[in-house]
Formats: sequence, C-alpha cells, structure tokens
Amino acid sequence: MSATTHDAHHDHSHDHNPTFAQRWLFSTNHKDIGSLYLIFAVCAGLVGGVLSIIMRAQLSHPGNHLVNSGQEWNTIVTAHGLIMIFFTVMPALIGGFGNWFIPLMIGAPDMAFPRLNNISFWLLVPAFILIMAGLLLGESGSGWTLYPPLSNSTYESGPGMDFTLFALHLAGVSSLLGALNFITTIFNMRTPGMTLHKMPLFIWAMLVTAFLLLLSLPVLAGAITMLIFDRNFGTSFFDPQGGGDPVLWQHLFWFFGHPEVYIMILPGFGIVSHVISTFSKKPVFGYLGMAYAMVAIGVVGFVVWAHHMFVSGISVDTRAYFMAATMIIAVPTGIKIFSWIATMWGGSIEMKTPMLWAIGFIFLFTVGGVTGVVLSNAGIDQILHNTYYVVAHFHYVLSLGAVFSIFAGWYYWIGKMSGHQYPEFWGKVHFWVTFVGVNLTFFPMHFLGAAGMPRRYPDYPDAFAGWNYVASLGSYVGGFSVLIFLYVVYRTFTSKVEVADNYWGEGATTLEWTVSSPPPFHTFEELPRFR
Amino acid sequence: MLTPGKRRAAGFMNLALATALLGALVLGVGPAAAQTPAPWQMGMQAAHSPVEHGIQSLNTLVLWIIVVITIFVAGLLAYVVWRYDHKRNPVAGRVSHNSVLEVAWTALPVLILVVIAIPSFRLVYFEDRTADADLTVKVTGHQWYWEYTYPDAKGLHFDSYMVADEDLKGEQKALRHLAVDNQLVVPAGKNIRILTTSADVIHSFFIPSLGVQRYAIPGRTIETWFRVDQPGDYYGECNQICGTNHSVMPISIHAVTPEAFKTWLAAAPAKFSNASLEPDTHQVQARFASAQSASATER
Repeated sequence: MSATTHDAHHDHSHDHNPTFAQRWLFSTNHKDIGSLYLIFAVCAGLVGGVLSIIMRAQLSHPGNHLVNSGQEWNTIVTAHGLIMIFFTVMPALIGGFGNWFIPLMIGAPDMAFPRLNNISFWLLVPAFILIMAGLLLGESGSGWTLYPPLSNSTYESGPGMDFTLFALHLAGVSSLLGALNFITTIFNMRTPGMTLHKMPLFIWAMLVTAFLLLLSLPVLAGAITMLIFDRNFGTSFFDPQGGGDPVLWQHLFWFFGHPEVYIMILPGFGIVSHVISTFSKKPVFGYLGMAYAMVAIGVVGFVVWAHHMFVSGISVDTRAYFMAATMIIAVPTGIKIFSWIATMWGGSIEMKTPMLWAIGFIFLFTVGGVTGVVLSNAGIDQILHNTYYVVAHFHYVLSLGAVFSIFAGWYYWIGKMSGHQYPEFWGKVHFWVTFVGVNLTFFPMHFLGAAGMPRRYPDYPDAFAGWNYVASLGSYVGGFSVLIFLYVVYRTFTSKVEVADNYWGEGATTLEWTVSSPPPFHTFEELPRFR
Repeated sequence: MLTPGKRRAAGFMNLALATALLGALVLGVGPAAAQTPAPWQMGMQAAHSPVEHGIQSLNTLVLWIIVVITIFVAGLLAYVVWRYDHKRNPVAGRVSHNSVLEVAWTALPVLILVVIAIPSFRLVYFEDRTADADLTVKVTGHQWYWEYTYPDAKGLHFDSYMVADEDLKGEQKALRHLAVDNQLVVPAGKNIRILTTSADVIHSFFIPSLGVQRYAIPGRTIETWFRVDQPGDYYGECNQICGTNHSVMPISIHAVTPEAFKTWLAAAPAKFSNASLEPDTHQVQARFASAQSASATER
C-alpha cells in the first residue's frame, strides 16, 4: 500500500523496476521489509484481538457457555498470549519500526544483512500458521508459559502442542536473526560523526532490545527443544518420573520470559522519547541518563526471572534475593518517567495525536509499573500470584504500554512512511475511545485479583460477576476502537495530500526527517554529515 | 533479625488501619460467616490468619505509596500539559540537564524502595514455614480434585471435589464454584504445616483469606503453613492452569475448635471408609474416582 505510492514518485533515480514477487517476496529493502512486518503485525493483532473479545464475552456472565470446554478455553488463552507477544507487539516494534527507522536514523543505506532481513520476516509466516494450527486443533491448552507436565505428551498428546512449540522455534530464530542484523547495523553502519553517545534514543532502545533477544532466545530454544524431546523422543528433562524436574522448565522459560517483557517495552521507550521531544520542541532531558537507564533495565532484567516463581517452592533466601533485585528495576524506570516529564517541562507542547498516545503511555505505564512494585514483594505476591491482579498489571504495561507506544510510533511516522498524513480528528477519536476501552477493561481486574479471582478461568464464583461484566463492556469498546483505527488507516492511504520532508517542524531533529516523505527506495547512497 | 515465628503479626498490625477503608466498604456481606469474595469487592478478602494480616498491612503500606506516586505523576503530567501548551508558552526552553534533579529522582525512589523492602523481607521470612507445627496436612493436587492426608492421624485421607452446579442446595447456591463435598477440616488457632504435591500436573493450593499459596508440583513436596484465627469456612481455588477442569477444583477449609477437631478426627476414619491404611488400594480407588469424575464433568 504505502509502497505502490512511492514507487511512482521516487523510483526514478534508478532503473530498478522489480515485479511484485521480486519486491515483496524476495525483498532485501529495509523499508519494504519494515512495511511487511507492520502489515503482518496488524493482521496478527486482529486475530489476537478477536480471541480476547471471545474470552471477554465468555466471562461477561458467570456460567456462560460461549466456549465449549475448558480445553478449548485454555487453547484460546494460550494462542491469545503467544499471538500478541510474538506476532503483534514484537513484529510491530522491532521488525516494523526497527527495520524502517534504524537505517534512516543512523544514516545507513540499509541493514547490514539484507537477505538475513528477508528470511527473518518470512520465518514468521509459517510460525504464525503453526500457532493457528495449534489453536484450531484445540491441542495447546497449557497457557503461553507452556509449563510441563501439562504441556507434555501425557496431558497434551496431540500434535497441536508440537506445532505450537515449533512455531516458537521459528519465531525465535526469526527474532534472533533480526537481533544479529540490528546489532551489526548499529555498531558498524552509523554515519560518520554519530558516536554511540550521539545516537538517537530509539537506536539505543533497539540496541539494548537486540542484545536481550540475543542472550535470552537461545535459552528458550534450548528449553523448547528439551520439551519437544520429552514429548516425542522419550527423554524426561521435565518429567519427575524419569528423574526430571518441572521447575527446571520454569527457570529456563522465565530466564527468557522476563527479558522478553523488556524486549516488548524498550522499543516503545525509544519511540516515546522521540515523540515527547518532537512535540515539546525540546531535546530529550537527561539524554545519557535515559540511554543508560535502558541499559540498566536490560542488565537487571536478566537477574530477576524467578519472581515469576515465588510460589514454586524456591527457598526463602532465593525469594528474598529475587524480590530485592526486582524492586531495583523501579529505579531506572522512574528515571525515564521523570525525564520524559522534564522534557515536556518548559517546552512548547503541541497536542497532536502521537503526543496524546505518548502521554497516555507515560501515565498508563506508570500505573502498570507501580502495581509491579506491589507484585515484586514476594510476601504480597503469595496471594496475588496468578490472580487477575497479575493480568491487570501486565496488560497495563503491554496492552496499554507497548501498544500505546506502537500507536504513538504509527501516528508519528506514518506520514514519513506513506507520504500521506493521517486525519488528525479521527486519530484523536481513536486515542480517546481506546483509552476509555482499555482502562474499563483492565482497571477492574485489579479488584478481581485482589479479591482472589484466578486467571485462566472460563467460569468463576458468582461474586466476581460485577467487575467481570464491566471488563467485558470495556473490551467491546476496545474492539470498537480497532475499527476506528482501520478507518484511520483507510483515510490515510486514500488521502491525496502529500506531506513535506519534515512535517513536524523544528522539534523533529533526527535524520529520517532529512529525507523525503516517503523516502526514496534507496536512501543515504551518499552518507549524511552528522553534526 | 530473621528468626521466623517470633514477630507474628504484631509488627504489621499497626499498619492495618487503612485496610479497614476498603475492607469496610466491600466486606461483611456473604453467607454464614463464610470467607468468600463479595460482589463488587475492590480490596482483598478479610484476613483470617497471621500471615494474611501481615500481607494486608504491607499491601496497605505499598498501596498508599503507589497511589501517591501515581497521583503525583498524573498531576505533573496535567500541569505540564496545561502550563507548557504552545499557546501559553510559544517559545520552548532549551534546558536538558540538571544534575541535582537527576540525582534526586534516582535517590528518592531508592529510599522509597528501602521503606517498602524492610517490612517486606520480614514478611517473606515470616510466611516461609512454622517452626512448631501442631498438625501436618499433606495436600495432593489431582486432575481435578484435591486429596487431603493427615499423616499425624494414621494417614487418614479423603478427596475433595467441587459440588456441581446442579447439585447445589440451599445456602450452597451462593457458593457456586466454591462449595466442595468434603472440606479440609483443621483446628482453629493452631499452626498447620501444609505439604503440597501433585499426582499429575502442576496445581496451586490457594486460599486468599488465609494468605497461603503454593504450587502442587509432581515429584516435589513444598512446605508452607497457616493458622486460622477463628472457626469458620474459608474458600480458595486452584490457581495454576491444570487442564480442562482447572476452574472446577475449589478449596474449602472448615476450621473448628480444637475440641471439635478431636471429635471430628475420631469419627473421620468411619466416615471416609477408604482411609483403611492401605496406600496402594487408595491410589487405585482415587484414580478410578478421578477417571469417573473426569468423564462425568466433561461435556
């Protein structure tokens, strides 16, 4: 879509006229691959969103029978989590915005390994097909955490579970190759003059994210391989009857799983920094502090994994350590929140749609962050673990944090990517409807969790009916906001208005604003001078 | 500093005042002193064990802190958006560094975390286990029921299934998805050591009002403890996804006076005739029962 328009206008500088297949299937162009990632993320997000509406409809009243069995329910829960994490948030933030804007922001002609970039994307498609196979077969009802023994061949005997595990292998390889590509590009292809300490914060965010992926995904791959072996080849890594240990899986999974949550939020930190700075017409406050706060979050993020296992029987000293380590993450996160506010302080703020999403992000991420401090206390977590309080917490940082940052980035950069501006009015309507919907959905979940409602329940004691009904209503509002977004997309791509190179004006100072909108097929064939 | 058992709830009780704020609003409803969640409840269920008192007072402290922080951030954002709107402030400043400010917003959160961490460490060690248990109960998770064993009472054991919706009678109707056929009976005011394990997949033994939760993991035995303040009925649910009937294996505890517990214990072997001290036979019977119930509950 975006591509067909810029073909006509900007492809004149060379005689390269690829066919559809050459351009989109065999693409080695970072912008085209970025667009593919974004389109993929929107499609997967719609599927994951439909699943969440089904779940909320089932939970709107106690005793509902919309979902036929607990197994079917568990499969939907599993697929919703995996799709939203691996096929929506990660492709949008890392594959989509990362591919589009890492080369543009560092003044590089393309990614370091363009063909690797292509395979990174195309591995996601079979991975998604396999996830859907696991869902439609109804055989992957273990939750996204895939804890054995429930995920082993005794309790999930069908091939659907193997499909799901193999999907994670493919998605993992995809991300791993992407991470290698990002690290190499960022370290080697910055334009002369752009030292590490002059890199835009989005690049810092992507660099830290890529390192987290590089160090955590191999552990997940190892764990999944062991589980596949347990299921199919008679090993018993996680089976106590053969001398294995289910808790070993939890350690391996969360050694990946916890950095994974920072993988989903760090790119959002980067985007929000640029949006806040642009619309305040001020440079980011405390640039070095902002950069190293992300590095600190990345480092500490690797040594806190067992806070997901406070009731798994780990020793009390271990619980005390993981509790303390987890609390420490609040410090760099606080630095970021206050630095964003300080960036706005003294600025000249224009409340355009991307700014709305970014400010919404700061507030809602704060709400999700402070409930994280509650949960980090192993003592309190003893009765909040696995309740809806946890569901509320991680949706505040992901569904209201990461997703808000995706929309902030989308509204910020869509003019740059497509050459057409979004309709301002409908962008704001989209924001407010989403804001109301997601808060109505997820805020009552704090109450449900505090009162003791366990997660992953298709039916619940009648006392929980009230807030569940409110949450379900909220999810319908949230679902409606997605339709508004699709209308915004439609309006943007059918718009006849063309935008300038730097349509945000003086506040937008990074290199992507020095090229045309949309940028030519190949940018920076001559390296730009940086400062 | 960390000897468990000595501090009990005293250290935390003084902070429990504010809990009443939320608690008074939302509790007090419910059938016959049963500790269940209440409709439209916003806070935690009322505390009925020393551990849960500790949890709630720490939670109250942390809740106040996070509410203040959230309001502070929201207030700052609102002020900045209003004060530095481009109409009110057409020319942006250029300040992008202030070392004092940056040190302050690093150091202050550290101090706040220390304030939270001190009672938090005390609580986590207090929760861990009881030094002098009056009674030990072994809790075994099954797909999809709980098995309770009393090793101190010659291995008396029985299974606890949820009462199906269509079998609910009278007062139980308000306890849909909470009521069970055989409650776990314990003496009130005594330290109960809980040992959790599982016969199949991972389950979680979770009773909010008693502040107790541990996974039940096959091949492992995990220890924790609780002490029920008053006789009464306390409810919880399986809290780790365990297959198709995950939501239909609630936990119900019936706490009685120590005298009544002795009476119950004397009569129990006759009531649960399967407690005939033949472990192998029970296993077979339990499996058989589980297979039957599974086929009965699946649609």
